[in-house]
Amino acid sequence: MTDSLAVSVQPTAGEDVGEARSLAQDAWRSLRKNKIFWISVTLITAFVLMAVWPSLFTRTDPTFGDINNVRDTPSGAHIFGTDGQGYDIFARTIYGARASIIVGILTSLTTLIVGGVVGIVAGFYGGWIDAVVSRITDIFFAIPLLLGGILFMASFPNNPQSTPYLVIVGKVVLTLTIFGWPSIARLMRSSVLQVKPNEYVLAARALGASPLRIIRSHILPNALAPAIVVSTINLGGFIVAEATLSFLGIGLTPPAISWGVAISDALVAVRTYPHILLFPSLFLSLAVLAFILLGDAVRDAFDPKSR
Amino acid sequence: MGKYIVRRLLQMIPVVLGATFIIFAMVFALPGDPTAGKCGERPCSPEFVAKFREEHNLNDPLPVQYGKYLGKFVQGDLGTNYYGIPVKDDLAKRYTITGRLALMAIAFEAIIGILAGVLAGVRKGRFIDNLVTVSTLFVISIPVFVIGVLLQYLFGIKWGLFPATVPSLEASTWSLVLPAFVLGSLSIAYVARLTRTNLVENLRADYVRTAAAKGLTKSRAVGVHTLRNSLIPVVTFIGADFGGLLGGAIVTERIFNIQGVGGYIWKGINSRDGVAVVSAVTVLVIVYLLVNLLVDLLYGVLDPRISHD
Repeated sequence: MTDSLAVSVQPTAGEDVGEARSLAQDAWRSLRKNKIFWISVTLITAFVLMAVWPSLFTRTDPTFGDINNVRDTPSGAHIFGTDGQGYDIFARTIYGARASIIVGILTSLTTLIVGGVVGIVAGFYGGWIDAVVSRITDIFFAIPLLLGGILFMASFPNNPQSTPYLVIVGKVVLTLTIFGWPSIARLMRSSVLQVKPNEYVLAARALGASPLRIIRSHILPNALAPAIVVSTINLGGFIVAEATLSFLGIGLTPPAISWGVAISDALVAVRTYPHILLFPSLFLSLAVLAFILLGDAVRDAFDPKSR
Repeated sequence: MGKYIVRRLLQMIPVVLGATFIIFAMVFALPGDPTAGKCGERPCSPEFVAKFREEHNLNDPLPVQYGKYLGKFVQGDLGTNYYGIPVKDDLAKRYTITGRLALMAIAFEAIIGILAGVLAGVRKGRFIDNLVTVSTLFVISIPVFVIGVLLQYLFGIKWGLFPATVPSLEASTWSLVLPAFVLGSLSIAYVARLTRTNLVENLRADYVRTAAAKGLTKSRAVGVHTLRNSLIPVVTFIGADFGGLLGGAIVTERIFNIQGVGGYIWKGINSRDGVAVVSAVTVLVIVYLLVNLLVDLLYGVLDPRISHD
């Protein structure tokens, strides 16, 4: 169905007339011309590079606190200035990308996987399985993300001195996944329900395809797009949630370097030294913005109605 | 309609049970000793600790504790917190102020959000549309606690336009304006974008063309025909957002020093006061589910094609 639709939308597309293009190929064509898509991709690439290889951007040691130069305004030596501990804000901001990007990307992936599997099971099998799975989804949906996150992080607190970095970050990812997957599951369930009655699924079933095969090669490719788009948009929300938990003092905690930690430290001195707040917030907002814009652009590209 | 409501209420029971059990289990896992610091400077006597643990069922295994708690909860007894104060009295006071805060935030969402969305949707591609689209993106990408602290500083302290903090539980509506705006800021942006998207989509529908062909003015075509249809997803969002608002209140209340439910939950977590936290959250979950039921019933009002029979 999608193939025929894609062809009928652009019946005379130059030299590849007659060649059936998939919805994904069509989406890619319109994405390629979208300026916002390229801006967000560039920003995301920069942030991922920062997360993977921070020394590419700065040679300053982010853990070196120069007590003689606290709360310096931006200057030649420290282009973003220094914070309350005399740390170079530019270096801290670059190194801080890692926590936010890991939390954002990992949480989006895990919620997509958990929510996706749950949604497919509920939507595809239906009946009592759907009833049970949907109620479980409702249970987790009824607990607000931030509230559940606060309770969970408070129940299993970090010991900042001894807990390894990856465990601390992993715990934030786990928390946000536990309370973040239901929205994806609901979305996935409804898109599976839309795809399931289609003729090609009936045909596959009539030909004797196993449920697993039907899901893998028919349901999944046609029902996944909305979930991926929402996951991308949610990614920004997860970055903000991590920062909020850190603001409350229970997400990432010093000595871990993150934008959330930097922002909550800076808020204390916002009246006198606003520049300490500006740079980490700016980077955080740019990262959130980049993922939201990417999600928007991809959604528009996949949505035939908007063409 | 009545049948539908009953079915929905019955469906809520397992959800409430499951959600409260999860909360209960997490609170049960809270590290630390609830009797710590209860006896002033000296450590508590073993007798006191034994009595305290017995009174609050702390020696039972988790499911038994949960069962006992639930038994009392159904009878309307929310128990006493670890300081001996009935949780019900505390919650009633604190839910009043948080409820006011949340309702004001929703009013901001509905008024500013929908108005901005309609203005942008009707003048798609013009200046006002770009202004709304860009400024909402701006708000969405800044964490609420940064917005809160900045607005508190600018409006509350630097320019002194609004009260910077909320001093008491009987705070005036005026002093809640700034906190409610901060609490609702993210959702205002989402509501504006959602309204705009739906309006733009619906303005292309056949029935709008028919309305225009009949000679209706644009304001009537938009206000009466299109807006009503475009509002269904917006109402869904606002309803679903209610729970998020009550949760997000933890951050807002901390910034503006409001002694509401958010602060109560936060204090309960920090003093390992399980009963207080579980009761506060349970009420929150129930309120949230009821609001969602109300939203589903509203569909029928907004769109006569949807019926609940």
